[in-house]
Amino acid sequence: MSDNGVKDFVFRVRRFDPVKDDSPHYQDFKVPVKPGWTILEGLWYIKENMDSSLSWRSSCRMGVCGSCGMLVNGSPTLACNTQIRDVATGVLMLAPLPNFDIIRDLVPDLAPMFDKHTHLMPHIKRDDQEEMLEPTDQYWQSPEELDQFLQFSYCIKCGCCMAACPTFATDATFSGPQPLSQAYRYLIDSRDDAFKERKTLLGSGGVGPWRCHYAGECSTVCPKGVDPARAIQLMKRELVLDYLRLSKASKRKPAGLLPAEKRLGRRDDIPEAPPFTVEDAS
Amino acid sequence: MPEVKRYPNRLGIKGWLVGGKWGPERYLYFLHRVTGLGLLLYLLMHIVVVSSRAFGQEQWEWAMGRVSGPVFLVGEFLVFVAFVFHALNGVRLVLVELGILTGKAEDPVFPYRSSVNVQRPFMIVMMILAAILIVLGGYDFFVLVAH
Amino acid sequence: MSMKDTKLWTWHMASGVIILVLLGIHMLAMHMSGVMPLERLNPAGDNPLDWANVVARGREVSQVAGYIFLVGFGLFHGLYGLKNILFELNPAPGLKKLISVVLLLLGLGLFVFGAWSAVAARTMALSVSG
Repeated sequence: MSDNGVKDFVFRVRRFDPVKDDSPHYQDFKVPVKPGWTILEGLWYIKENMDSSLSWRSSCRMGVCGSCGMLVNGSPTLACNTQIRDVATGVLMLAPLPNFDIIRDLVPDLAPMFDKHTHLMPHIKRDDQEEMLEPTDQYWQSPEELDQFLQFSYCIKCGCCMAACPTFATDATFSGPQPLSQAYRYLIDSRDDAFKERKTLLGSGGVGPWRCHYAGECSTVCPKGVDPARAIQLMKRELVLDYLRLSKASKRKPAGLLPAEKRLGRRDDIPEAPPFTVEDAS
Repeated sequence: MPEVKRYPNRLGIKGWLVGGKWGPERYLYFLHRVTGLGLLLYLLMHIVVVSSRAFGQEQWEWAMGRVSGPVFLVGEFLVFVAFVFHALNGVRLVLVELGILTGKAEDPVFPYRSSVNVQRPFMIVMMILAAILIVLGGYDFFVLVAH
Repeated sequence: MSMKDTKLWTWHMASGVIILVLLGIHMLAMHMSGVMPLERLNPAGDNPLDWANVVARGREVSQVAGYIFLVGFGLFHGLYGLKNILFELNPAPGLKKLISVVLLLLGLGLFVFGAWSAVAARTMALSVSG
């Protein structure tokens, strides 16, 4: 320990340059870490003082944007909200999130995850398209109905859960924890009216929750406490109950607009929404 | 734009055991598979071997003679161990997969407590129970039967 | 409406519970006879593999039915589990089809053989007593 609590840590970083390298290799950087530094701050120190070619992805530096997911000492997490001294005593192993192709150094290609996410219809689906596009009021949802999915809506799509999933480690066709937890978030939303379509999509072709065997790792590593494993098991429960004709969710009517006597109308101080910037917003 | 070279970084089967620092449930996932495969292999052979009883006492005793001795005793004990583990871990998995042991969705408040923490006490109880049954079975296998 | 994965996995879980009960009894009879002797399962003494015990069990309809259910549910649970593990290794679509067909035929064949031998053993057991 030297002055001001600064202590040297070795950052053992997995490097890969697609132009020069055939396979990744580790490179050590000795970083003088000040108290309170996050891993992201250590990486910035390397880039500014030691090797400007070091690449990673980051943006908000406060655990909101989901850009800086990486494998830290063997555990997928966000570099920006992990204190160096909390996870290492001398050597810090950094590698890109596994189960995704490496673009360069610590930058994984998350596109397959986003494709799977899109495929599982992560949006409210219902028949009243006009009301959806030009809402006249809010849909009537109780706090209990909100609680059924609120936890899962905190997902920031960082990909940590996908990196921790043993099934996704072998099976590229498996949807994985992130897309499935978001599929459940909409399956159980009382405003949604597409249970039949969703159960068909999730119940066949191997994309659904049935390739999950509860290793539980996705929930352990999730930096936002979203608990994808819980969402996936609750989804299985709904699908099994539906198969046994015991499901309530499959029989529910989608939430309607507030009853007339409860409507407060639009507040005067809220400005009108800006016009659509694309031709066909539907 | 030229095609950018990617390095495939999927962990593959070795990711079931290594490639990261994982929790106990993930190793149980692996053990559940291994024991399941072992039990299936045994079942396939067992169906063939014990069908010898349909052909009479002589064939039965001949077949039993083929599969006796210390190697088969240890082998059968391993099958028993696999069954006990696979069954008790399977009970946990069924209860988890039906959402009974995961708990309902809750507000994520740091430090997060996930469904893994909810089911963990049950997991520990099941594993202790498995250990007790395995010891009892071992007593039967190697002490009572052997003498 | 196809919900094949949901249906099969529901049966996978259900068969697991059924096997737990049936195989639990089978294991009690075969490997716990010393710790917990159950006369109903081994009427002819402590050695469950003794021919007299095999014949005694073979006479009971409940035992024969138990064997047939155990073979059926056991094969389904085991082979569907194996299929899942193999599919999770992400084989090519053609190989997936081959795996499905081979496992289905293996399961059906062994089920017919296992069920036949349980029934044939009962016929023999009854003739021994008569």
